[in-house]
Amino acid sequence: MSYGRIEHHPVLGPLPRAAALSFSFDGIEYTAREGDSVASALLAGGVRTLRLHEEHGSPRGIYCNIGHCMECRVTIDGISSVRACLTLVKDRMSILSGTVLPTPFRQETKTEGSPDL
Amino acid sequence: MNSVYDLIIVGAGPAGLTAASSAAKAGLKVLLLDEFMKPGGRLLGQLHQEPGGAWWNGIREAELLVLDALEAGADMETGVSVTALERTNDNRWTIWTNKGCYRTPFVLLATGAAESANPLPGWTLPGVMSIGAVQVMTNVHRVRAGNRGVVIGMNVLAMAIVSELRLAGIELAAIVLPPRNALSGKASDPDAVLSSLLRFADLAPNAMLKYGARFFQCSMLHNLALHLYPKRGIRMLGVPLQLRRCAIEIVGRDAVEGVLVADITVQGELIAGSERFVEADFVCIAGGLYPLAELAAVAGCPFRYMSELGGHIPVHSENMQTPLSGLYVAGNITGVESAKVAIAQGRVAGLSIAASAAAKKAPSEAEIKDSMEQVKRTRQEALIQFHPDIATSRAKMYQSELV
Repeated sequence: MSYGRIEHHPVLGPLPRAAALSFSFDGIEYTAREGDSVASALLAGGVRTLRLHEEHGSPRGIYCNIGHCMECRVTIDGISSVRACLTLVKDRMSILSGTVLPTPFRQETKTEGSPDL
Repeated sequence: MNSVYDLIIVGAGPAGLTAASSAAKAGLKVLLLDEFMKPGGRLLGQLHQEPGGAWWNGIREAELLVLDALEAGADMETGVSVTALERTNDNRWTIWTNKGCYRTPFVLLATGAAESANPLPGWTLPGVMSIGAVQVMTNVHRVRAGNRGVVIGMNVLAMAIVSELRLAGIELAAIVLPPRNALSGKASDPDAVLSSLLRFADLAPNAMLKYGARFFQCSMLHNLALHLYPKRGIRMLGVPLQLRRCAIEIVGRDAVEGVLVADITVQGELIAGSERFVEADFVCIAGGLYPLAELAAVAGCPFRYMSELGGHIPVHSENMQTPLSGLYVAGNITGVESAKVAIAQGRVAGLSIAASAAAKKAPSEAEIKDSMEQVKRTRQEALIQFHPDIATSRAKMYQSELV
């Protein structure tokens, strides 16, 4: 579901004009405004889940938006682990989400998991 | 390997941009690098009204600083991540980035600050963002983070951004405290949070908070206020500020669907049976800021822990020089303060480096002294004092001997 753009702002004024770019995310076409980051264009397009956690498959989206948390990593034009929040959308960009990867050598132990706060 | 620059500045925020123009005006060849696609740093998201009523529009302020730096002759590259730096035998620094390698005699780290997280169950769900992330989405990208949000955490930054979100017409269901755990510390203690809120009560748009605040500063009344504080909260800009409620868990299957909250005692302990569900489709985690100083650590710079300044600070003197030859710091990497202080510090760094590099139009000793005085004046006049003991902590840092 898309929450859309802030078209009118009482101090910043109307949304400035920008060229429309098209890009795809997991094969679906989206439109971005020139100057958008991959993260902002996808959020504006209603996409919140950018990847599934490589190990346990939990959905992940943007968190810090300044390139620090690495949660928004996606594959862009064949290059993996690119941060969506720091990457400008370019016309015809092809973006893929991340998914669960095999962990053949992993041994389950009971004590694993997040530390209890 | 590119080695044409006298000075490379990492971070094109208020400190880096100002340092770039000061140093370039003095005759140095300067390169500014920034990881984000647009120069301006954290300044870009800022939007507030000054005491006189004029708006401080970070996007506009950043544009002016960028113009100034470019006119002074500085080069600028965005979308470049600096991954490492090392002092080499030829008295120069080597800087590695995702787009090539540089060699330069002087480096200024103006990397700013990052947000601390207050982790709680469910915080990895899509729709949970740091409050700064939502700020940039709202003001810079003009994208709505959602229809109805909950803010977890009450601090200066959170309050400033809440008013920006309200300005943009974003609905917020509540502002609650983070759950008490090993990481949240004082951020989950109603008493400590109230004290910190009172320090910048003059900024509060709500009359009750503004005038009430003065009144409550007396400790007996302060305690009374906490006891009487309504569980539903006091509305600020139409958003209930719930000082006696904390988040327990963020709930949702594929994305945020709401937040489980509970009432807490004056001491911050959970009141059993008071749990309730607040519907929301996004959550802002507001954990406050800490200096972003990894590159200083990679370079081998010594650190001091100063909680008043926001965390681990690279050791530096008042002219922004670290104990490592040719390495300088400016802006929030030296302690969390306002953009105006960062601008003033940037000027100090730019001038000190120009003097040390014996630049063509190197500034006089007096000019550098004057720029250092300007930092102090700016700090005194600042609208928001991020911490009451900043000036004392700074003085302590400058007294520590440079190795």
